[in-house]
Amino acid sequence: MKSTVIQFPGSNRDRDMIAALTKINGEAPNLVWHTDTEIPETDLIVVPGGFSYGDYLRSGAIAARSPVMQEIAKRAEQGVRILGVCNGFQILTEAGLLPGALMRNAGLRFVCTTVKLSVENTDTVFTNQYEKGQVIPCPVAHHDGNYFADNETLKQIEDNGQVVFRYAEGTNPNGSVNDIAGITNASGNVLGMMPHPENLIEADHGGDQGRALFASALNVMSIEAA
Amino acid sequence: MIKARVTVTLKNGVLDPQGKAIEGSLGALGFAGVDSVRQGKVFDLSINGDDAKAAEKSIAQMCEKLLANTVIENYAVEILG
Repeated sequence: MKSTVIQFPGSNRDRDMIAALTKINGEAPNLVWHTDTEIPETDLIVVPGGFSYGDYLRSGAIAARSPVMQEIAKRAEQGVRILGVCNGFQILTEAGLLPGALMRNAGLRFVCTTVKLSVENTDTVFTNQYEKGQVIPCPVAHHDGNYFADNETLKQIEDNGQVVFRYAEGTNPNGSVNDIAGITNASGNVLGMMPHPENLIEADHGGDQGRALFASALNVMSIEAA
Repeated sequence: MIKARVTVTLKNGVLDPQGKAIEGSLGALGFAGVDSVRQGKVFDLSINGDDAKAAEKSIAQMCEKLLANTVIENYAVEILG
């Protein structure tokens, strides 16, 4: 399958994402700049982390209105898999492709740590190589990761199984409602998450439990890190 | 030229940790009686033309599309003249 990474001014986890996709998919992703209005034929679009537009206005707000996002919305509608990590998650919520919003961390601190993530739903194209309830360690690094949605939306996403990742064992680093760390859209082809699976793909990262996410999304067998 | 001011505030019930921190700091400075602080944003816009009604309508659309995130924020538009 073909993958694509979107780059914005201020993206800084794009290189880690390119490395992870290249290693797991066996070929490098296409790179698309935020002003581009066309995206090459692709099966997975990744919106990486960083500080697009310096987090001006609100994290992800300006990037969400950039030209490439209209094309991403179209592809999402067509069922193309879309993954937003960290700032990418903020961009996807700001663009309205995912419900809710990501607010300033409840403790006001930038958090850079390793959390425990519980895989809540394995019946998605992003998580079908995990086991339900599996708890994995995963790095986080963000200032605005406090997930919020109104009660009605919250009930909807909980009932639909759209909450795919939850902070486990008291490791919620940002005050997110219901310990939510990652959600999909209603049709399940768009995933946004604050933790960084691209930084968890080989032993030198301290673990390779992030591989299964990319392997699921790219329909490849999860290969043990060399 | 029309001058307008947009005020964006967090909706009721949305946690505002920054407002809380400011509230604590005011208390530390000795200001008694501050029950709560909610922080927000102000945008001053200059709009070409002299049709205030049209400007107000257009600014409301700007708020919906960019200036506010209506999941968590309310906005108010004030035409200053």
